[in-house]
Amino acid sequence: MRPLTLRRLGWTCAALALVLLACVVLALKLGAVPISVTDLVWNLARVAIGQSDQLPTDYRLIVFELRLPRILLGILVGAALAVAGASFQALLRNPLADPFVLGVSSGAAVGAIVALIAAPRAVLVTPLGAFLGAMATIAAVYFLGRREGQLDSATLLLGGVICASFLSAIIWFLMTTLAGRDLRGMPFWMMGDLSTPLPAGLRWIFTAGLLAGIGAIYTTAADLNLLLTGEREAIHLGVDVTRVKLVVYVSASLLTALAVSASGAIGYVGLLVPHAIRWLFGSDYRLLIPASALGGAIAIVLADTLARTVVAPTELPVGAMTAIAGAPLFIYLLRRRMQ
Amino acid sequence: MSWYGTSTEAIRSREPSPPGGSTVRLTVEQASYAYAVGASSAPTFTLGATSFQAHEREMVAILGPNASGKSTLLNLISGMIAPLSGRVELDGQATSRLDLRTRAQRIAMVHQESPMIFPPTAGEFVLQGRYPYGRALRLPTDSDVAIARGALAQLGVEHLVNRRMKELSGGERQRVILARALAQQPRLLLLDEPTLHLDIGAQVELLERLRQLAEENRYTVVVVTHELALAAEFANQVVLLHQGRCLRVGPPGEVYRRELLEQVFEAPLEVEMGPAGRPRVSVRARRSENAT
Repeated sequence: MRPLTLRRLGWTCAALALVLLACVVLALKLGAVPISVTDLVWNLARVAIGQSDQLPTDYRLIVFELRLPRILLGILVGAALAVAGASFQALLRNPLADPFVLGVSSGAAVGAIVALIAAPRAVLVTPLGAFLGAMATIAAVYFLGRREGQLDSATLLLGGVICASFLSAIIWFLMTTLAGRDLRGMPFWMMGDLSTPLPAGLRWIFTAGLLAGIGAIYTTAADLNLLLTGEREAIHLGVDVTRVKLVVYVSASLLTALAVSASGAIGYVGLLVPHAIRWLFGSDYRLLIPASALGGAIAIVLADTLARTVVAPTELPVGAMTAIAGAPLFIYLLRRRMQ
Repeated sequence: MSWYGTSTEAIRSREPSPPGGSTVRLTVEQASYAYAVGASSAPTFTLGATSFQAHEREMVAILGPNASGKSTLLNLISGMIAPLSGRVELDGQATSRLDLRTRAQRIAMVHQESPMIFPPTAGEFVLQGRYPYGRALRLPTDSDVAIARGALAQLGVEHLVNRRMKELSGGERQRVILARALAQQPRLLLLDEPTLHLDIGAQVELLERLRQLAEENRYTVVVVTHELALAAEFANQVVLLHQGRCLRVGPPGEVYRRELLEQVFEAPLEVEMGPAGRPRVSVRARRSENAT
């Protein structure tokens, strides 16, 4: 028996954090203007000792004003999406659940766009609209997925796919009829894009929202393990199932909403990352949630670096990269499940 | 239904042992329940007043055909639902009023198997039985691990500890599920149709093991079943239900009357008393009746 210990939890997260650091260095180095690692370390050290005014202007612009904010945004978005995916998989008892596949990301996008149209100048309007959109969509998908009072896996996925397609059509409609407004581009909402940095005033709010969402879900990690082996059984083992479901439902919707309002609907991260983490470290949610947060950050930083460099100087939307990796995995998992 | 006649000497290993001297653990007194679609609509199913008592080391079988109210009675005992009238108490406390955590420390329930997603290893699964004793993240302590190992060993499945639940056979999985209930260290062990998907050998083995566990761990065991022959062999007490009414409560020797069982199970049956006071039930084929 290899029960989960605090030590194993700590070492696993530390190892993933190191991998993330390496990915960040790589992402800072690669791009239309390549930068050597030595220069990078040297200049980062200068910043660390408070000599940032001595940095060459082009370095400051490329590294600290263009690449670093984009990488940090990627870390936030990746962590949010991966934890939301792992949470939806437990909440809906479906290994194929993912905010994008279930249409929750599209719902959040519709909510954000409608909110932007209604009150374009209000500060928190985009994430709030996205949050309401995400909550409404997951509720709709949940009820569509029920057959004879039970949640049916195939019906749920089909309901999600139909919702996603319907909501995408609404996005097209809104973007076309309101073409003159400042609503950001279609690729942003449909595929996800990290090139627009977060407004300075929203950075801390987003970080706090992300930590609160992941933290709230983490308080239910032990309960989720039991929920996966059966809901009735979990109740008899002392789990307050209604409370756990409510916490996870609200928090996972919040995480999806934050990610979508910051970077649009990036797909498959919530599917790809938790499955990779399960394959590497097992399916205990007490480890899966923090490891997925770090894994999601790694995945998005790598995917965005690829999106920036693979056809440089032109950039691809980051969602194209995650879909290229995620869609085949989805099909593989679906086929394995059907067998 | 050929097993109705399967009452070999081998499975009649233990005499019914009335738990003389031990205190009453479970009291079900005039407990009733009604299911209704809405608060004001007429009930769709009612369980009439049911009464019985069970001591420690005692095994009670709740017996009856489908839709007789067996699961409702089990839910009342487990505290999942509160009785409309009467009382259901474990050691003098109403089971439905216990908080979730305390209830899980005192009552363990083994259900018919639910589908699992991302199945854990048998060891991880049994450790879940320690959930009601932990706090926050519930990372297992050394004593939790020792208790989980002990539970697996008691059921003879310690070697399966690192195997995934989905890789186990039906019988192995059943034992691991039972080990998780043991890890809860309950006073009352409830089982809902535990023999449903097992072959006859595994059914007998499971019930013998339950008898043994009741004896060794001083549990009170309540088993819901519709298997007459097995209940006759292993239960100290039988609660016979039919269409939501409690028809008879008592030792199998008193409850098993041919006319009563034939009426309840709507099958031609033969009941004869075995030498140890345990009744034997067998099916009388209808065609042989016609031939005579």
